[in-house]
Amino acid sequence: MHLQKPKGEVNQLSSPAETAAPIVDTARDAMVAAIRTTLGAAVVDTLVKPGDDIWVRVMTESWCASIQALKEAHAFDYFCFLSAIDWMPSPYGRGEDDPSEPAPVRDTAIRPGYTGGDTRMQMLVRLVNSVTHLGINIKADVPNDSFTIDSICTVFAGANWHEREAHEMFGIGFAGHPDLRNMYLPVDFEGYPMRKDFPLLARMVKPWPGIVDVEPLPGSGADEEKDGSSEEGAS
Amino acid sequence: MTILNDPVSAKLGNRQQLSYIASQAADARLNVELETEGMTLNIGPQHPATHGTLRIIARLDGEQVVWAEPSCGYMHRGYEKLTEVRTFPQVTSLINRIDWLGSFANEVPFILAAEKLMNVEAPPRAQWIRTILFELSRIANVSLFLGDLGVQMGAITPVFLAFRDREYVLNLIESATGGRFHPNFDRIGGLKDDLPAGWIDETKVVMKKLRNFCDEIETLLFGNEIFQSRTRGIGVIPRDVALQYGLSGANLRASGVDWDLRRDQTIPLAYDKVDFKVWTHPDGDSFARCWIRLQETREATKIVDQLLDGIPSGPVMAKVPKIIKVPEGEAWVSTENPLGEMGYYVVSRGDLGPFRVKIRSASFNNISITPWLLRGVYVPDIITILASLYFILGDIDR
Repeated sequence: MHLQKPKGEVNQLSSPAETAAPIVDTARDAMVAAIRTTLGAAVVDTLVKPGDDIWVRVMTESWCASIQALKEAHAFDYFCFLSAIDWMPSPYGRGEDDPSEPAPVRDTAIRPGYTGGDTRMQMLVRLVNSVTHLGINIKADVPNDSFTIDSICTVFAGANWHEREAHEMFGIGFAGHPDLRNMYLPVDFEGYPMRKDFPLLARMVKPWPGIVDVEPLPGSGADEEKDGSSEEGAS
Repeated sequence: MTILNDPVSAKLGNRQQLSYIASQAADARLNVELETEGMTLNIGPQHPATHGTLRIIARLDGEQVVWAEPSCGYMHRGYEKLTEVRTFPQVTSLINRIDWLGSFANEVPFILAAEKLMNVEAPPRAQWIRTILFELSRIANVSLFLGDLGVQMGAITPVFLAFRDREYVLNLIESATGGRFHPNFDRIGGLKDDLPAGWIDETKVVMKKLRNFCDEIETLLFGNEIFQSRTRGIGVIPRDVALQYGLSGANLRASGVDWDLRRDQTIPLAYDKVDFKVWTHPDGDSFARCWIRLQETREATKIVDQLLDGIPSGPVMAKVPKIIKVPEGEAWVSTENPLGEMGYYVVSRGDLGPFRVKIRSASFNNISITPWLLRGVYVPDIITILASLYFILGDIDR
C-alpha cells in the first residue's frame, strides 16, 4: 500500500478537479471585499483559500476595534478561540540533540506565515458567523518591545480565559484585561512555556530515547557494514 | 434559521428571555437583601461531578453563590508544546488523551488538518469507517454522561445501565482498533486497518441495545419529577451569551442555535451521505442541555446504522509516503466532537513535525462561562449545572 514514487515527490491523490481548475469562492471573496471596506486602513493583508478559509491581518492599534467591527457589521458573533503564535524557530530544534555534545547552531530567523507579519509574536483569533457558518482567522502583530496588545474581553467575554492562557504561555500582556492570573501554572512559575526559546526540559535532562532506539532502515550502507562486522566477530 | 422567525418559536424565545431576566433579578436581589457574612466553599479538586480534577471556589451569601471561579490546571499536560517535538504521525497518540471518553474523535480533526495541508484525501471506505468510529465514540462518551447525570442528582441506577451498555460500544471499538480507550487508529491518508469480519452485524445489534438504553434513560430519568425540578429553568444560558463565550455542541444547540458542524461544513467525512436530525431546544437551561444529548445519542445510533448499510468497498489507506513531510502552510479543521467543537490550527514548516498546533477544545470554552453562569444560583444547583455543561478535565487543561 505504500508509495512507490521516488523520495521527495509530494503525492497528489486528490480529485483531478481540484488540480485542473482553480476553485472560485465567491462567498469568501465577497466577504473579504466587504471586510476591507468596513475596516479600511486597519487591514494590513488578507488571504482567501478558496473553499477553505479566510485570513485577515489587522493593525496592532486597531486590534480590538477591528474585532468589534467584524462582530457588529458582519455578524461574526461566535468566538471560537484566541491564541498566539511565536514565529521564531526553536533554537533547540525538535529536542533531539544529544545533551553530551555541543549544541548545534540553528537558524532562528523569523519567518511569518499567511498574511505576513513583522514581529516575533502574532495574535490569532477565530470568529464564525453563527448563521452563515463562515469562519475567519484574524491576526495581528504583537510589538517586540512591549509584548502587549489590547484585550478583547469587552467584545467577547469568552476571550477572558483565552487571554489568560496566552498571557501565561506566551508572556503577552493584554491591556484592559480584568484579571491576568495564571490558569495552569503555579503562581511563582518563571518563564513562558510556549515560547520557542523555552526549552522542553524533559528533553534537556535526558536524551530523547528515539535517538538510540531508531532501527536503521534496510538498505542503508552503515547498517549492513555493522551487521557484517558483528558476524565476523562472532565467528 | 433563527428561532425567532415563526410565531411558536418567538413565544419560546420570549420565555427564554424571561428566564434570563429572572436569573438577572436573582443577581440583583443579592445586593439589596440583608447581607450575611460571606463564606467560601471549596468544591473539589476531587469531586464526582468534575470528571477529573476541577476545583471550584465559590463565595457564598447564605445559600446563593456570589462569585464562583473554577481553578484549572490540575491536569495540564502541555500538549501544544509537546506536539512541536513530535512528528505528525506521533501526535495522534498524544491527542487521544484530550477527551479520554471519546478518544477516536480527537484524532480525526488533526488528521484532517494534516491531510488538508498535504492535499491528500482518504479513500471513501476509510472516510466511512472514520465516521462510524467517530459516532461510536460519541455514543460511548455521551452514554456515560447520561448515566452519570443521575448520580449528580442522587439517582444511582442510571449509571449502572450506562456502564453496562457503554461496554458493548467499547468492545466494538476495541475489536476494530485494538484499543478500548485510546485507539490511535487514524493515519494520515486513511486508517491503520480495515474492519474485522462480522463487525458490521455485531454493531447493528449493539445499536439496537443503545437505542433501548436511551429509551430506558428517557423514562427513568427525564420523566422523573425530581430530575425535572432540579434542571428546568436552572442555569439558563441565552443565545447571545452562549455565542460570545464560544459554547459549542449540545450546550449551544440547547440555547436555540441551530448549528452542527457535521451538517454545516464540507468535510471529508461521510455525514453528507446520511440523513439525520440536528436537535435544538429553545430553553437554554440544564434540562435542555441534557435532553439534547439524549436525542443526539439516539441520532448517532441511526447515523451508524445508515453508514453500515452503505459502506463502500475499496482500500482504507491512500498512497502516502512512508516518511511524512507536511508542506508549508496553515490549516484549521474542526469537527463536532462529543463535547462540542474541537479544532486544530496547524502550522507546518514543511518539516516532519508541526511548527505550532493550537488545540481548540470544547470544554475549555464550555466551562469558561461558569463564572458568569454560577452567579446567583443555589449551592445544590452548582452540581447540576456543571453536570449539564458536561466537561472532561483533559479537554479543559489539554
